[in-house]
This record gives sequence, C-alpha cells and structure tokens, in this order.
Amino acid sequence: MPEWLKSFPTLGEEFLRSVRRVFDEGYRSFSREYGEAVEAIFDPLLYLLVWFERLLLATPWWLVVAAVCALCYAATRSKKLVAWTLATLLVVGLLGMWEDTMRTLAIISISTLITVVLGVPLGIAMSRSDRLQAIFTPVLDVMQTMPIFVYLIPVVMLFGLGKIPGVIAVVIYAIPPVIRLTNLGIRLVAEEVLEASDAFGASGRDKLIQVQLPLALPNIMAGINQTIMMALSMVVIASMIGVRGLGQPVLEAVTNQYFAMGILNGAAVVALAILFDRITQAYGRRLRAIR
Amino acid sequence: MSSGSIQVQGLYKVFGRDPAAVMPLVREGIGKEELRDTHGHVLALRNIDLSVPEGSVQVIMGLSGCGKSTLVRHFNRLVEPTEGSVSVGGVDVLTLPPGELRHFRQSVISMVFQRFALFPHKTVRANVGFGLDVQRTEERERDRRVARWIERVGLAGYEESYPGELSGGMQQRVGLARALATDAKILLMDEPFGALDPLIRADMQELVLGLQAELKKTVVFVTHDLEEAIAVGDRIAILRDGEIVQNADSQELVLRPADRYIEQFTLKINRARVLRVGSVMEPPNMELDSPLHCGADMSLEEALPRVSASPGEEAPVTDRDGNVVGAISVLRILVAVAGGRYSLGDGSEDRLKRILR
Repeated sequence: MPEWLKSFPTLGEEFLRSVRRVFDEGYRSFSREYGEAVEAIFDPLLYLLVWFERLLLATPWWLVVAAVCALCYAATRSKKLVAWTLATLLVVGLLGMWEDTMRTLAIISISTLITVVLGVPLGIAMSRSDRLQAIFTPVLDVMQTMPIFVYLIPVVMLFGLGKIPGVIAVVIYAIPPVIRLTNLGIRLVAEEVLEASDAFGASGRDKLIQVQLPLALPNIMAGINQTIMMALSMVVIASMIGVRGLGQPVLEAVTNQYFAMGILNGAAVVALAILFDRITQAYGRRLRAIR
Repeated sequence: MSSGSIQVQGLYKVFGRDPAAVMPLVREGIGKEELRDTHGHVLALRNIDLSVPEGSVQVIMGLSGCGKSTLVRHFNRLVEPTEGSVSVGGVDVLTLPPGELRHFRQSVISMVFQRFALFPHKTVRANVGFGLDVQRTEERERDRRVARWIERVGLAGYEESYPGELSGGMQQRVGLARALATDAKILLMDEPFGALDPLIRADMQELVLGLQAELKKTVVFVTHDLEEAIAVGDRIAILRDGEIVQNADSQELVLRPADRYIEQFTLKINRARVLRVGSVMEPPNMELDSPLHCGADMSLEEALPRVSASPGEEAPVTDRDGNVVGAISVLRILVAVAGGRYSLGDGSEDRLKRILR
C-alpha cells in the first residue's frame, strides 16, 4: 500500500508553519500598528464601564439594594420576585461577596446594553432582507459554536488584558440570541396585520414602530433574557483576561483547590443568573399579557 | 369625474413566477386548470370590467377561491394587476408613486377585513385611531373623531379594552370604526361578517345599512352569501373562476339569472321576501279601480295578504307619488314565487288560474 493511503497526506509541516506564521505576523503587525487607535475608539466605553462600576461600589449597599428592588418591581409588578431579589442580595452581601457581585453586575449590565443596542437593529435589518438573513445566519452560528478561547486570542492581542477585551468577548459570545429572536419575532408578525397597516397607508417606519416591534417585543425579550444568561456564563472566562468580579475568586479557587470559595462564588453567579432570568421573563410575560 | 367612483377595465391577475410570459395564452382563453397544470401559473382574475358609481354599494359575490378577495385588493392596490386599469375618482391608481399611494390609502379608501386584522397590542381606542395616526392628524382632532366613531358603532365603554378581550362581533365593530374614522369616501369590505354567527351577522348588516343611509359612501362588499348580498347591495357582481358572470341588481339576478350557475345560487333564497311588486307586475289595466293597491317597492311577501283579499282580481300598483304604474294579482305573485319565471309556458300557469277560480 502506498504511504498516502495509510496516513492522511498533509500539505507538509514546513508549508503549514509558514502559513501560520504569515497570519500571525500579519495580525501582530496590524495590532502593533493600529492597536492604540482601536483602543482609543473604545475609550468612551471604558469610561462608561468604569463610571458604572464605581457608581455601584460607591453607592451605599442599602441604596443599591433598594434601587434593584424598585427596578424589579417596576418591571414585573410581582412582590414575590422583589422579596427573592432582596433575599438574594442580602445573602450575597452577608457572605462577603458584595463588591465582586457589584463588579459583575456592572459588566453584565453594560454588556447587555451593548448587545441590545447593536443586536436589535441588526435583527431588524435581518428581518427585512432575506439576503441579509442568509449572510448573518452562518456568521451567528460560528459566533455561538466557536470555542470562546479562540476569539479571545485576537481580542487580547489587540487590547491586552482588561475590561474592554472582556466586554468585547462577552458581547460576541452573547449577542446572537438577541439578533436571532428580533429577526424571528418580526418575521412572525401576522401577515394580515401588516396588510391592514398597508391598507391604511402606513409608511415602513410607522409599520415597524407601531406594529412590528411591539408585536415582536415578547420574542425580543426572550432573546435579551438568553443573552444575559450567556453573558453571565462568560464571567469566569472573562476573569482569565483580567475582568474583576465573581469570576476571579472562582478562577483562584480552581487553581488553589479552594472548594468552599469556588462553591460560594459560583453560587453567587447562579443567584444573579436566576434573578435576571426571572425578572426578564416576568417582564416578557407582562408584555404578552397585555394582548 | 366623481371622486368616489371606481372603474376597472380589462383587469387580469395571474399568480406565478412570470405572469407576463403566460399572458398571451391567457388572452387566448386558456383554461384555468391547463394554465395551472402545464404552465405552473394560477389565473385569479380574467378580463374584469366593473364600474361602481359614487355612493352605491357594489357586492362582489362568489364561492371561496373565485378571486373576490383578490379583486377587491386591486382597488387600493394591495395587489398589483398583471394587466388592466384601475381608476378611482378618475385617478389611475396603478401609476401612483409610493408616497401618493400611501396618501390615497390614508384619505380616499379604507378597508374592513374578514378576520378583523386588528392590532392585538393596541387598545380599541388606539386601533380606531390608527389610520389617523399614520396621517399625523392633530391629537385633539384625532381623539374627537375616534370617540365619535367608537360611540357610533356601539363600543362606548370599551375604549381601553384590547381586541382579545372582545367577542367577534365587537371586534368587527372596532374594524368598522377603524375604517370609518379616516372619513374615506370609499369603503372596501372583504367578507366582513363571514366569521360571525348568523344573529350577530344580521345585527352588523343592520349597522352597516344604517351607516350607509347616513354616510352615502361608495362601498365594495365581498361576500359568499346571497342573502347578505341582497340585503346590502345595490348591484351584485357574481364571480366564478375569476370572471364576472353577471352584474345586476337583486331583482334582475333572481328573475333573469344569466346561467344555471347563478340560478343555483338563487334557489336557496326566499323569493317572496326579495322580489318587489314592481319587478313582477303586469302593465297597468285601465279599468282597474280596486281600492286594494300595492306600492311598487313592496316585497311580494308584504303584497300577498293585501291582494288576496279578492284573489281573482288584479290590484293596481302605484309608485311613490301614487300614480298607477302596473297591475298585480295573486296568480302573478304565486307564479313569481313558485315558478321562478314570468311565464312558465308549460301549462302550469293555466292550472294555477283554474285552481284560483
């Protein structure tokens, strides 16, 4: 049997190594050249992030608790959920994780804000053009299935360690559900309702704002809910590139085999996730109930 | 030309990948089935000519799939024709640029849908105000008009309800108010009461007739129910397989159906209630001086008890001004109701005469 039938013929070590080198060199020189310029673009984001984190940390804890509970009540009108929110925050605080929780809350809130600001318009664009949908769908698939560490590499090469690469990684990982469900929600709006708005001479803009977006809102909320969950699951990985918060103690616990520390901080992430999930879902249900 | 009239000429609608390519075949009169099976195109409307005068109610009737909903959607250009012309109030609807088309739909023509097509996330008030919102009507003016129409269709007190909380009949009242609120001269109604129970349907017909007597709009009313067509329509166009088979008033349709197909339709209706004395009377008889006179626009059902006071004789028929315009007899009425034609011509008229003597 010839050699190439026994083991898979490759293009050759030498050749592959040179290809990799070309890519790495190319990207490295790009980041050397433009790294600072790109970083400058993200400076406003960094300010926002730092400002929000400091705000949460500098505000007295009871004020933050009251504000979160008030937000929860405004969104859900459920006293039970408010009670749970209060209990969770108090327990997390009592167990000494208040500051880390606030840091995580800050980065999750800002990341969610960015995914919504970017994701909803992208989803709208995708819903209006079948071609755009055909292009976006595989890209979103890649974003969701590519191992996270892989796209951490270029982000870290460009930005170094810190908050900004953390937020970017979280956004890339967490944005697909918002885009997908905004697209789906708009496409699911009943044909007859759209025909009625056409029959009354509504413009494309009126149709979008008055009919399509409100009717797609429960789906968009479901997308935001999933996005928040995915963002939270990125907390530990983001801590590997220097994002402070609940992820860092978990990472420390893993490397030092501190079992209790790992469990506690992990539980705090879970508690935050459950809170966000229940609040956004209850809000989504309320939107749906209005019909 | 009056601004509320509709003219349609030589209208064809073919659905499929390349309708223009099969149009020569369609014009040569290819069958619907052949076009579908061998050319993969669906012929929805074939050579439609229709003229609806301002202020009249034109019914478009036919079985489901005959193209009636497609036809009505040409009038506000929700559907583009493959060929032909549509003009409303002298304006060629098909050449309107997008902005003017929107304006046309906002202010000239409005529509009521079979399955209501209300906005489920908006209150009754917001639904009714939708047409005015997209016109950017000033807020106070909008609220005033919305309140008036909600009141007029009998929905006062439900302003803040959502469509999902209302019954079907009430939902369609919202649909009606939404269409009326823009004060458009033309109202398209696509099987508006098809989804409602018979009793509620009768209520709604009454509401529409009351509104029409007051508003005198040009109405195009689509239905599959001949009773409904007769109740609301000035003229009734019967559509079959995308073609208008007959376009006539109810009397003409019942007394002189164009073909077997239409006759089949008319068999189910109550002829005594539909037919008017004026449509079945004989020429006036000079020697008549019976005190038992009937009005020409009385239904046969109403006339029969009066005439049968002296069954053997003819009674004079008078128009609204009291002039004698014809003569009617029990026999004449019975023949019209039972026979379906003026003269049966098979001896049954004589038999009836004998029985009545």
